[in-house]
Amino acid sequence: MTALDRPLTSTPALPRPTRRTWVGVLVGVLLAVLAVTSLFVGVSDVSPVSVLRGGADGDAAFLLVASRIPRTVAVVLVGASLGIAGLILQMLVRNKFVEPSTTGVTEFATLGALVTMVFFPGMAVLGKMGVAAAFGLLGTWVFLRVVRVVPVRQLVLVPLVGIMLGGVVAAVTTFVAYRLDLLQSLQQWSQGSFATVMQGRYEFLWIAGLMVVVAWVAADRFSVIGMGEEFATNLGLDHRRVVAVGMVIVAVITAAVLVTAGIVPFLGLVVPNVVSLIIGDNVRRAIPWVAGLGAVLILACDLLARVVRMPYEIPLSVIVGAVGAVLFLWLLLRRGSRAH
Amino acid sequence: MIALENVTKRYGAQTVVDDVSIRFGQEGVTALIGPNGAGKTTLFSLVGRLVRPDAGRVTVGGLDITRTPSAELAKVLAVLRQDNHVAARLTVHDLVEFGRFPHSRGRLTVEDREHIERAIGYLDLGPFRHRFLDELSGGQRQRAFIAMVLAQDTKYVLLDEPLNNLDLRHMTEIMRLVRRMADELGKRVITVLHDVNFAATWSDRIVAMRDGAVVADAPAREIMRPEVLAAVYDTDVDVREIDGRPVALYYG
Ligand SMILES: Nc1ncnc2c1ncn2[C@@H]1O[C@H](COP(=O)(O)OP(=O)(O)O)[C@@H](O)[C@H]1O
Ligand SMILES: [Mg+2]
Repeated sequence: MTALDRPLTSTPALPRPTRRTWVGVLVGVLLAVLAVTSLFVGVSDVSPVSVLRGGADGDAAFLLVASRIPRTVAVVLVGASLGIAGLILQMLVRNKFVEPSTTGVTEFATLGALVTMVFFPGMAVLGKMGVAAAFGLLGTWVFLRVVRVVPVRQLVLVPLVGIMLGGVVAAVTTFVAYRLDLLQSLQQWSQGSFATVMQGRYEFLWIAGLMVVVAWVAADRFSVIGMGEEFATNLGLDHRRVVAVGMVIVAVITAAVLVTAGIVPFLGLVVPNVVSLIIGDNVRRAIPWVAGLGAVLILACDLLARVVRMPYEIPLSVIVGAVGAVLFLWLLLRRGSRAH
Repeated sequence: MIALENVTKRYGAQTVVDDVSIRFGQEGVTALIGPNGAGKTTLFSLVGRLVRPDAGRVTVGGLDITRTPSAELAKVLAVLRQDNHVAARLTVHDLVEFGRFPHSRGRLTVEDREHIERAIGYLDLGPFRHRFLDELSGGQRQRAFIAMVLAQDTKYVLLDEPLNNLDLRHMTEIMRLVRRMADELGKRVITVLHDVNFAATWSDRIVAMRDGAVVADAPAREIMRPEVLAAVYDTDVDVREIDGRPVALYYG
């Protein structure tokens, strides 16, 4: 099998690695620019000049440290970790259309958060997050059980089942909140916003960051799992254990984001899909891309949320939802237009 | 040695593998033949620890597969299944690299890289190494999967219908490669084949299954007889001698 097997003619004009490098540099630069911009955009005047003029004790410096830096860090952590949660879930389910909010995981975690509101109203945020994570884990488990009967190749059916599952759980949550007169506060914090992020109120997101590190360490295992149980077994992997680790990663990230920034839809779905188009699904290679692009996307959305109706803020979920839906549609159409 | 002792597997009321005792590993290349539904794939699944037997015992290289850690077995046994659908967008190189996982656990050594290069070279996948699997033809993809199994570098290699999707030339190339794996690298390859002429030409031993049982097990030449093939496939097969080799004629 030698002479006849020349590569097909459709080789891209630029060799892939070169093209990838350029896109990678672009993402990195965007990330830096947006992060710095995020530090200096807001109602109060915080600019490099005002910080320097006011000195270390000035108002601007205080705002920077107490509010803007935490907010920017929080946004980056949320974007990066949500992308990773989506990526890992997609490998576990072997379906590109799943993420925490299309599998019922987010809804389960929300129910968990409501439970803490009802039974332990004074609970610290960390405890709240723990309960939400436990519910999220339960949700992941339920979802994985339910989709086991759906054929792997029924690509669209899997998220549909997940969305319905989430719908049922969300209905229960809404009903309980309604009866207990908690509907408004539930809606308020689930809408998604970084406006309330301040020093001392976002640090749990580092736990989500830690989960990203865990995902990176176990990256090859998730890649192999993504090839299916048969390949995984042949390569000597304990399928169930890897799936369990993945479930914990997804649930903890979902819960950490939920209790600090509310529901942020679509991000975990769109980002890994875009990255998949650029460099494929090898998890080790994809992780820095997914994290970087997730952070870029949500930094941009958060900036928009801040400036569109200044001095008011638009809920983040509105912006992310709109941007994400458009990107999602584009991905769907693109996928459909491919030959196979 | 791969040894099955009185292995039985049932699905509901149907006995798919029926009290089979057999050993593989003396010969370099063994062909497993038999009609659809004979239980060939299930036999491979039993050896490949994907399916638990209802009765009996399977050992690979002396290791009881139910008691040996899966990671240990992955260093001596590689199984390529019949229908492989990898939805993940992986390149040929990624795939072959994952074949090293049992040895590298994710950290590639110089030796791992040598195995990867050798496997890619053996299957002539150099020009395609950075292609995604969904950008390959069926035959190229099949070669990529075989390269992955080759990189796994196990003594025992089970290939379930590896000639699916391949044209005539590539079928021959794969069988030649299987031969080299046995003769040059000392591997023991057991492969499911549907074309008995390929089986007769390239293998040392042919095992025939039917209705969950082994109905014939002999050197290739002895299987290539009209009465044996007719009993296995339940259809008339003529066998002629061409250039000193038995050739089965079954085109109607
Ligand atoms: N998971 C399963 N559940 C029920 N029946 C099965 C299953 N897998 C295989 N079978 C049945 O077992 C028999 C043997 O199948 P298989 O081992 O795939 O045969 P072969 O590979 O020889 O064509 C077939 O009749 C098939 O329908
Ligand atoms: Mg079969």
